[in-house]
Amino acid sequence: MAEPVTPTVRVQTEDFDVSAEVAKLTEGRTDVGAIVTFTGLCRDEGGALSALELEHYPGMAEAEISRIAAEAVQRWPLTGLLAIHRYGLMRPGDNIVLVAAASSHRQAAFEAASFVMDFLKTEAPFWKREHHANGEPGAWVDAKEMDDEARARWSR
Amino acid sequence: MVKVRYFAWVRERIGKAEEDIVLPDEVISVGDLLNWLKERDEGYANALQHPQTIRVAINQEHADHDEPVAGAREIALFPPMTGG
Repeated sequence: MAEPVTPTVRVQTEDFDVSAEVAKLTEGRTDVGAIVTFTGLCRDEGGALSALELEHYPGMAEAEISRIAAEAVQRWPLTGLLAIHRYGLMRPGDNIVLVAAASSHRQAAFEAASFVMDFLKTEAPFWKREHHANGEPGAWVDAKEMDDEARARWSR
Repeated sequence: MVKVRYFAWVRERIGKAEEDIVLPDEVISVGDLLNWLKERDEGYANALQHPQTIRVAINQEHADHDEPVAGAREIALFPPMTGG
């Protein structure tokens, strides 16, 4: 197998443009047969929330996502891998996270994108807090057992 | 001296984002650190009342509660993560 590609990891407040990011994964290449993207958005929980506030651990957030991405490019034959995670105040409909995995074949792209998301949710140091519809800060979101189970399915 | 950082509701309950701490000799492991901090005041006690739920990073890498703290430059305490 060829040398693993170097993943791109960004932690930022700014929004991202999914189609522009996907275009970069194919730019100048003719070996990409499949790109799987996952975009996570802020939802309003049936009108109950005005925003989600995302706190992160600067430095470790980038490092931890990079560790996860590095494992993904070792495990699957990818031609490109991108992960972007935003922090700050997100309004319903805003983008929060983007993972895009490119490969010659779909299986690797699907699995790698799913793997990165499952680990990102449980290992990357980000915390969400709800803001109520009236604008008042509410409770910190609890971690879900389901997310730990999703991560566990990748253990070899 | 080690920089100790707190995030999310751990930060709020303790009432500060970070502090420099000189660890006493009896604090060997991450678990020892949590139990020692818990005794400092009500804020710490409230934040760390269920130490097993607290996640810890040493020098910005996840650490288990039985790992030693010796040589750490930065230790972070935070709730289970909820990003993504």
